[in-house]
Amino acid sequence: MKIHNTTGGRIFDAANYVFLSLIGIVTLLPFIYVMAGSFANEAEITRRAFFVWPEQFTLSAYEYIFSTPAFIRALVTTILVTAVGTLVQLALTVTMAYPLAKKTLRGRQVILSLVVFAMVFSGGMIPTFLLVKDLGLLNSYWALILPAAINPFSLIIIKNFFQELPAELEESAKMDGATEIGILWRILLPLSKPVLATFALFYAVGIWNDFMSPLLYLSDNSKWTLQMYLRQVTAASDLLGTGNVDPTYIPPEQGIKFAVIVVATLPILIFYPFLQKHFAKGMLIGSVKG
Amino acid sequence: MAIPVIDTRAGERAPSTASASRKRGGFSVHFAHYKWLYLLLLPGVVYFAVFRYAPMYGVSIAFKDYVPFLGINGSPWVGLQHFQDFFSNPDFPRLLGNTLILAFLNLGIAFPLTIVLALLLNEVRLSILKRTVQTLVYIPHFLSWTIVASLSFLLFALDFGPLFLFLNSVMGTNTDFLSDPNWFRTLIVLQEIWKNTGWGTIIFLAALATVDQDQYEAAIIDGAGRFRRVWHITLPGIRSTIIVMLILAIGQMLNTGFEQIYLMTNALNRSVADVFDTYVYFVGITQGAYSYSTAVGLFKAVVGIVLIFGTNALAKRFNQSGLF
Repeated sequence: MKIHNTTGGRIFDAANYVFLSLIGIVTLLPFIYVMAGSFANEAEITRRAFFVWPEQFTLSAYEYIFSTPAFIRALVTTILVTAVGTLVQLALTVTMAYPLAKKTLRGRQVILSLVVFAMVFSGGMIPTFLLVKDLGLLNSYWALILPAAINPFSLIIIKNFFQELPAELEESAKMDGATEIGILWRILLPLSKPVLATFALFYAVGIWNDFMSPLLYLSDNSKWTLQMYLRQVTAASDLLGTGNVDPTYIPPEQGIKFAVIVVATLPILIFYPFLQKHFAKGMLIGSVKG
Repeated sequence: MAIPVIDTRAGERAPSTASASRKRGGFSVHFAHYKWLYLLLLPGVVYFAVFRYAPMYGVSIAFKDYVPFLGINGSPWVGLQHFQDFFSNPDFPRLLGNTLILAFLNLGIAFPLTIVLALLLNEVRLSILKRTVQTLVYIPHFLSWTIVASLSFLLFALDFGPLFLFLNSVMGTNTDFLSDPNWFRTLIVLQEIWKNTGWGTIIFLAALATVDQDQYEAAIIDGAGRFRRVWHITLPGIRSTIIVMLILAIGQMLNTGFEQIYLMTNALNRSVADVFDTYVYFVGITQGAYSYSTAVGLFKAVVGIVLIFGTNALAKRFNQSGLF
């Protein structure tokens, strides 16, 4: 489409460019405000309606939250759970995907059908909660990792990826006496690094952002993750009647809310360039009928 | 969101070799040969059995009077008692109404906006602008609902939130948007638009890239303007994608998003905020009515399945390719 020389076309283009630029800026404004607010003092936040740059630059909000044991604990917990959880989930997914990529393996079709069935149907919130409870995982960090350990969608994509690797690679390794596990570890995994990185990100974002699992499974507030902590700090007060905000808790001053939001958002923003690239691809795999 | 349209057989090249090997030897020979592979398969199979299929079996408590002490098997059957209780509960019409209104608002506003945004992005020929805007509007998709809710709490904060001040000064009111039931749905839809509209364009942009470019040139020669080209070529060109996405969206309609609604719910807006998902949580987890809340969850899931098959059948009747 190279021809757009009418006046109407040019006006449309100009309006469209302005409009889309505005959309992009409006999307970003809440972050900029929160970022600026996190470096501003209390008086400025309440006095100025909106700002993208603080008049007086201060680190007091960050100094405060990083001196609060509850915040540090939530942050460290979340980082550890995300790191361990991502490794466990990725390992479980890869070890299951590899045998399923072998077309000669008996029982493979049955297992694949059951995996696809599990994509559509699930037990739902309460039966899953009761299972976690019966397994004794309440108030355990494993409850944040295990129930969603293998994403069926990711499993099938990794399986398909393994299947498409040239069979000769494995055959020659087998001639040299490598076992199946050796082949997976030494040959397939190094070849699959980009794919594994994609799904590692996928799992990591899922765990980092997860609010429902800690809400359901961690009632002990000394075990709360960052998302739970964030919710406690920013929920205006417990007008909520939802029973999950500690009644003895004294609401913090505004600047602290800003700073906690920034800390919770930062890892996502740091990894965003990778996320955008890999997730967009992942989303398009096998989906456009065109 | 990942789109569950998957061909599990993708990449299989020679199905005949599979059946050929099956004829060779008994299972013990096969197993001995593949023992390492079966060993690798084990943890995954255990995972699916325990965390995916056991809860499906656990759904049976919807028809029982679940007593934790007796377990799922030991608890007595009560048939459809919980469903009858739910349908005769005055909460039921309210929950159904709240859920459906939010679902239709999302479907009627957020869904078309995604297509409009994709069309506008598709018209941009300045690739740096297109890439920049895409980069910006995809960001919110990766943020948790906790962050989205927290940002809303700050932007609409009573007496100092920028949007609180701005909107109230424009309207000449003094509304607390966060607790006013009249504003709850608007907030939810706005959050949904901010978080997911940009990301949703990916799939439509991919479809738009496949529209035959020659048709545009022919249309230009015939004197068709910008809007007529979009209407007669672009939209029909991505029709099947729109229909597939619509079927998926309708199938997900009752999933109002537990985290989002839960986070935005407070004592003052419960009348409009309660939906099936949060009701299951409040009644099941906080009040311990496990069987009853499982029945509510099951009802919601069944309606969701009916919706997705119903829409699919409808799409086929109107001579469109459905999803399956």
